[in-house]
Amino acid sequence: MKFDNDEIKKIAHLARININEKEAIKVSEKLEGILGLIDQMTQVNTDCIEPMAHALDITQPFREDKVTEGDIREKSLKLSKETDQSLFIVPRVIE
Amino acid sequence: MLNLSLKELSECLKEKKFSSVELTHFFLNRLDLHNESINAFITIDKDKSLAMAKRSDEMIKEGNQNYLTGIPIAQKDIFCAEGWKTSCGSKMLDNFIAPYDSTVINKFNAVGAVNLGKTNMDEFAMGSSNETSFYGNVKNPWDIKTVPGGSSGGSAAAVAGRLAPAATATDTGGSIRQPASLCGLTGLKPTYGLVSRYGMIAFASSLDQAGPMCHTAEDCAAMMNVMSGHDPKDSTSILREKENYLTSINDPIKGLKIGIPKEFFSDGLEPEIEKIIEQGINEYKKLGAEIVEISLPNNHLSIPVYYVIAPAEASSNLSRYDGVRYGYRTKEYDDLMEMYCKTREEGFGDEVKRRIMIGTYVLSAGYYDAYYLKAQKIRRLISEDFKKAFENCDVILGPSAPSVAFPIGDKKEDPLKMYMQDVYTISTNLAGLPGLSMPAGLMNKLPVGIQLIGNYFSEAKLLNIANIFQMNTGWHNLSPEEFK
Amino acid sequence: MEWEVVIGIETHTQLKTESKIFSGASTNFGSEPNAHACLISLAYPGVLPVLNEEAVNCAIRFGLAVDAKIAEHSIFARKNYFYPDLPKGYQISQFELPVVGEGSLSISLGDENKRIRILRAHLEEDAGKSVHGIEEGKSGIDLNRAGTPLLEIVTEPDMSSAEEAVAYAKKLHELVQWIGICDGNMQEGNFRCDVNVSVKKKGDKKLGTRREIKNLNSFKFIKQAVDYEVNWQIEKLEDGGKIKQSTILFDPDSGETREMRSKEEANDYRYFPDPDLLPLVISQEKINTIKSEMYELPSQMKLKLVKEFGLSNYDADGITSNIDVANFFRELLSFKVSAKLASNWILTNLFSRLNESNIDIKNSPLRANKLAELILRIEDKTISNNAAKKVFDEIWDQDEKVDDVIEKLGLKQISNLNEVEDILNQVLQDNEAMVEEYKSGKDKAFNALIGQVMKASKGKANPGQVSQLLKDKLTD
Repeated sequence: MKFDNDEIKKIAHLARININEKEAIKVSEKLEGILGLIDQMTQVNTDCIEPMAHALDITQPFREDKVTEGDIREKSLKLSKETDQSLFIVPRVIE
Repeated sequence: MLNLSLKELSECLKEKKFSSVELTHFFLNRLDLHNESINAFITIDKDKSLAMAKRSDEMIKEGNQNYLTGIPIAQKDIFCAEGWKTSCGSKMLDNFIAPYDSTVINKFNAVGAVNLGKTNMDEFAMGSSNETSFYGNVKNPWDIKTVPGGSSGGSAAAVAGRLAPAATATDTGGSIRQPASLCGLTGLKPTYGLVSRYGMIAFASSLDQAGPMCHTAEDCAAMMNVMSGHDPKDSTSILREKENYLTSINDPIKGLKIGIPKEFFSDGLEPEIEKIIEQGINEYKKLGAEIVEISLPNNHLSIPVYYVIAPAEASSNLSRYDGVRYGYRTKEYDDLMEMYCKTREEGFGDEVKRRIMIGTYVLSAGYYDAYYLKAQKIRRLISEDFKKAFENCDVILGPSAPSVAFPIGDKKEDPLKMYMQDVYTISTNLAGLPGLSMPAGLMNKLPVGIQLIGNYFSEAKLLNIANIFQMNTGWHNLSPEEFK
Repeated sequence: MEWEVVIGIETHTQLKTESKIFSGASTNFGSEPNAHACLISLAYPGVLPVLNEEAVNCAIRFGLAVDAKIAEHSIFARKNYFYPDLPKGYQISQFELPVVGEGSLSISLGDENKRIRILRAHLEEDAGKSVHGIEEGKSGIDLNRAGTPLLEIVTEPDMSSAEEAVAYAKKLHELVQWIGICDGNMQEGNFRCDVNVSVKKKGDKKLGTRREIKNLNSFKFIKQAVDYEVNWQIEKLEDGGKIKQSTILFDPDSGETREMRSKEEANDYRYFPDPDLLPLVISQEKINTIKSEMYELPSQMKLKLVKEFGLSNYDADGITSNIDVANFFRELLSFKVSAKLASNWILTNLFSRLNESNIDIKNSPLRANKLAELILRIEDKTISNNAAKKVFDEIWDQDEKVDDVIEKLGLKQISNLNEVEDILNQVLQDNEAMVEEYKSGKDKAFNALIGQVMKASKGKANPGQVSQLLKDKLTD
């Protein structure tokens, strides 16, 4: 499985990680290696096998519809790099 | 205080041989002396630790003493602890002071244990050598030119160097058992769902589990008594009757059936390590166990399956690190896209970025069936292998790691070589089974661990089997020279 | 060239729960920014989702109300994309296995009924909000709304005009309020429609390329947007152009639609089952319990009103037009008021007053128990219908007992037959000319005589009784 530059750029964009040309080449070599490893899976017949998402056969528990959390702005706003009037500030979001 | 077990420490505190404050001071001094050379800790906060020790001393005075009350425990820096910097070994969280306690930390606080400090780890738990941390490599106290294993390298080094009597750690593909093996310690990865993941920074949600890193199985049992239990805040947490892992720890093991998977003893295993494992098997024979050959035919697929599932889940779990609400944010940016892309480029290390890329790729349009779905199917096959095996044995035994501690820098440039470190441990995580590693010998003066894998919720049995081994051998008592 | 329009609608309804779908933070609207952003809403490292049972109950109620299959097993999936109002970098939603399957909703346009098929409905969490204008070139993120439970309801492309689209949206809007799962407050963003529009030449089997108009939150806008978009697409195609699949926004000021910048461009959401949540299992027992606790649906109630209580279709429609009116009606009935009178008084007197003051029946100053008192006094003949209107005006926004007002205004009907007869005899005496006129065949005089009796009794006589007495007397 070969990774061309465009493919790497596309993945990097989906993951929102900047990657320059030099790094893209390094990453693509490493990724090809890993994919070679992963491709071993294709040799196995898995028709009629159910995928296993969780180790144990348990189902989703429910939570009672009650308000249990309060206002934590004193803590949360302090943790952000930029806030204003209780809002988290980011560069302009364009729709 | 240096070589006392958790039980002995607890008794000494009860008998007022020393106080928690004195005990904490002792270990804080050990940190002052030794941490720089092995870099096991990211954060040490003497004031906080001593304040907790003081509170614990009061608890003891009031007659309110639990097994771990007053005992300093090192906490892997993956557990959110309110008011403590919680970095997960990453620049991305270098400035993050956790606003809440994880359930694990909560449980230790509730019994009055003392937080000795936050231990170093591979960034976001991705690694097998603790060489990917933003805070520098951790060095193995047995030979500081070698790695302690990972991702819980800091916890392992701290306990091995006797900078802490015990530590917490986490295991997604072997991150408790492999460092335990490389550092001559006893470490346990519990059944998936037994220990709450709430507040434990997520790497691969369906595989992550927290567990103890100690010198002995008995100490691990004491830690498990505190760490385990249902948590309504974690939907994947199991609801079952709470167990006391110390109750049956001394039970005789005569008649125990130990399964030896032939796939674990193939070409990849170094002959000297194989010899040590065989010695371990003989020891169990002497103790009355019956040895059975079993097979885990799909074990070789556990690495490719893991390297699809874990990065896929991680790529999604790490999307929240975007610089908006907390954590690292790049300094200069003109627009939102630039802010995201530069923040994540600069905040994450290379291995993390690699895994995010792989994870993003295997989930992307057109590849989901071939990779993620396929991997989940093979995961079931691997799980079925264990089910079948446990029809013929009570516990499975094998190596924990394919090598002893290797030189720093040795495998770093070749991710695939590094990934092979987990070849004996990964299948356990995929199946969700409990696994334990304990010291079984030395090779070139470096520790070699033996792994025990049990059926679901058989931690008490595993700890019992390990304890009996330890009562009859002395490997777990060894310590590296400089840290004695 | 004859064109056909094909419309499908996806509606996001905010569910009426106290707390968010995956955390215990409040869902209250209108608080200060981030006052309801808890640890989980903020997506701190290590936090985990736990499912709100009431959100699931709402989904089940909806499924029952549209005759849909409710999945025994459904899965929560992560929809991965980056946006500042999406703190985790993914939205927890449902993909391959939604909680509600195929169902349908009937709409009526004039005399025609049409069945709109519902493809599915699934649970998901809402995102936060971006606020603009705080600073130049910046946006402020408010995560209060992040994590509010949504039920996304998706139709098949069964609608073929803007009118049908509006009729469906209105019907759905009523239904979700009726079954108590959504407040339907469109200004607050409780109920938002994404409308998919495409056109095709009449008779063509293949559907045209569709464009999705996002976030329409009023029926007026839906009509305007669809009308504009249909024209735009037809013009474009007739000019020889092609329609590109895209997501568009409606600008109410210009009345036009335009493409959105970037957000949806070929976004690969990389859906996969959320490993932090387990399969959602809904037992038949749970469904049965919820079904038994549900009120009948509007169509069921209407049928009962017409068949059992003899209301006209028109009146039954009026009573079942929304849940608040229906509840008011039910309450009146609980005081043993007759259905017909209850319906009349609500639909005429009460409605007219409410409309005058522009209030909803929910906020009516005259409560059902008071109105019941009044109607019962008509039924037991204490006062006449006309007198009741006067009492109604008095008690509309005053907290007085009905009997006190009747007393105060002296409106008690004279039902003592002798008293009435005396007045009647006096009137007959005083109006001999009128009596003669009646006897000579002028029926109008009869009513005139009744009028005189009413006048003489100052309106307190019972007209029915008077009429009977007069008839008896005059046929002597």
